[in-house]
Amino acid sequence: MDRAEVDTRIRTIIEPFNKKGIVITEDTTFAGDLEFDSLTVMDFVAAIEDDFDIIITMNQQAEIEKYGQLVDAVHSQVSN
Amino acid sequence: MSEGIIQADKPPRRTGDTPDLFSKFDDTIALRENLLASGVEDPFSLVMEQVLSPTRAICNGRDTILLGTYNYMGMTFDPDVVAAGQQALADFGSGTTGSRVLNGTYQGHKECEDALREFYDMDHAMVFSTGYQANLGIISTIAGKGDYVVLDIDSHASIWDGCAMGNAEIVPFKHNDIAAMEKRLKRIPEGAGKLVVLEGVYSMLGDIAPLKEMVRIAKENGAMVLVDEAHSMGFIGENGRGVVEDAGVIDDVDFIIGTFSKSVGTVGGFCVSNHPKFEIMRLVCRPYVFTASLPPSVVATAATSIRKLMTASAKREHLWKNSRRLHSGLTELGFTLGTDEPQSAIVAVIMPDLEKGAAMWSALLTEGLYVNLARPPATPANMTLLRCSLCAEHSDEEVETILGMFERAGKAVGII
Repeated sequence: MDRAEVDTRIRTIIEPFNKKGIVITEDTTFAGDLEFDSLTVMDFVAAIEDDFDIIITMNQQAEIEKYGQLVDAVHSQVSN
Repeated sequence: MSEGIIQADKPPRRTGDTPDLFSKFDDTIALRENLLASGVEDPFSLVMEQVLSPTRAICNGRDTILLGTYNYMGMTFDPDVVAAGQQALADFGSGTTGSRVLNGTYQGHKECEDALREFYDMDHAMVFSTGYQANLGIISTIAGKGDYVVLDIDSHASIWDGCAMGNAEIVPFKHNDIAAMEKRLKRIPEGAGKLVVLEGVYSMLGDIAPLKEMVRIAKENGAMVLVDEAHSMGFIGENGRGVVEDAGVIDDVDFIIGTFSKSVGTVGGFCVSNHPKFEIMRLVCRPYVFTASLPPSVVATAATSIRKLMTASAKREHLWKNSRRLHSGLTELGFTLGTDEPQSAIVAVIMPDLEKGAAMWSALLTEGLYVNLARPPATPANMTLLRCSLCAEHSDEEVETILGMFERAGKAVGII
């Protein structure tokens, strides 16, 4: 799966979590721009994990602040 | 508890004094000040001036029924337990001044571990200075770099802190969700070490874990299993060994973690196991090695209490009766509870918000009833809870008195 495909799928998954309809770019931050709290993060991560059949450990989550970083992290897992 | 969830980064809001390292606590300071400004008594600085029994104390000058102390089996004033502590204090002094692996292992520590081995019918028992340190020590030591810890998102702070202190990959799953746990286990790379961490009773809502299925799935997927039974020891399971015993899976779990600060009635923590190499933990587990051991009086009271809990079936029955009565009574009064059925000795009353919760807590204290106020971020789903923990020593009459207090306070605050 190429990066663009991963990006498209994550954009679909993120929709119900993007309550304020923020326009998402590579630099959009989850905590700041999207105002995800810890519970939202948990549900959102679980949705991505189930969709791509991967694990994003909390150690990895700690490194992901921006949307683009998430796409990269998922892409690197699914392309392996 | 959910403290382990990654909190959203917030820009520091520096107000008032010169900004320093304490500026990060400004939000918490403001929250607390607003709460106290509403006129409630401070829920987090209650002083018990006198303790009259496992169920009664003088709190802030008032005779108060204790319904939030986790003193499930009421062992704190048991005459045999108190006498054992007094004797050990006289014979062995006030403290050991040393680590378990140096000068801090007395006869009493060995006897306490013997009592635990018998209580759980297991080969090994290791006593820590607190229950928090037991989870911290065991989890951080056995799950190292490259290993995976799979745990319930509502795990206690001591479990999260054990994860944070180790170097393993941390994989949480939705509370009590068997399928979510299984999916994550199956996605772990082949050959990696796996530890599944569960709790028998989750202390916030008082609900139990579906251990029969979860332990089976964990073992099928090649994981070791650790179960924290802090809130079940002494009264769940035929011999009081916890939800693992009640669910019939005690022989399949690798480690049981427990505490002396609830049913046992003193302070301390432990891990029991049948693992053939378990004793090495005494040398490699830092929260065990680099702290002073429990005072002789504490291990003597613990050992005596543990042995009495083995045969405390009458007390167990009365505790369950109390739990059922409080649960049904509060339900009839119209309160929203954490579980539909009483599953443990914890009955959690869900409050509409923190302000109403604090007002209700304060009104109950004025009535002469102490419960725990639990608030975010320690609670699941950011709920505010009034957590009630019953004691085998609460009389039937006391439980009825408690229900009357809840009714009056609930109406005064406008919750029911």
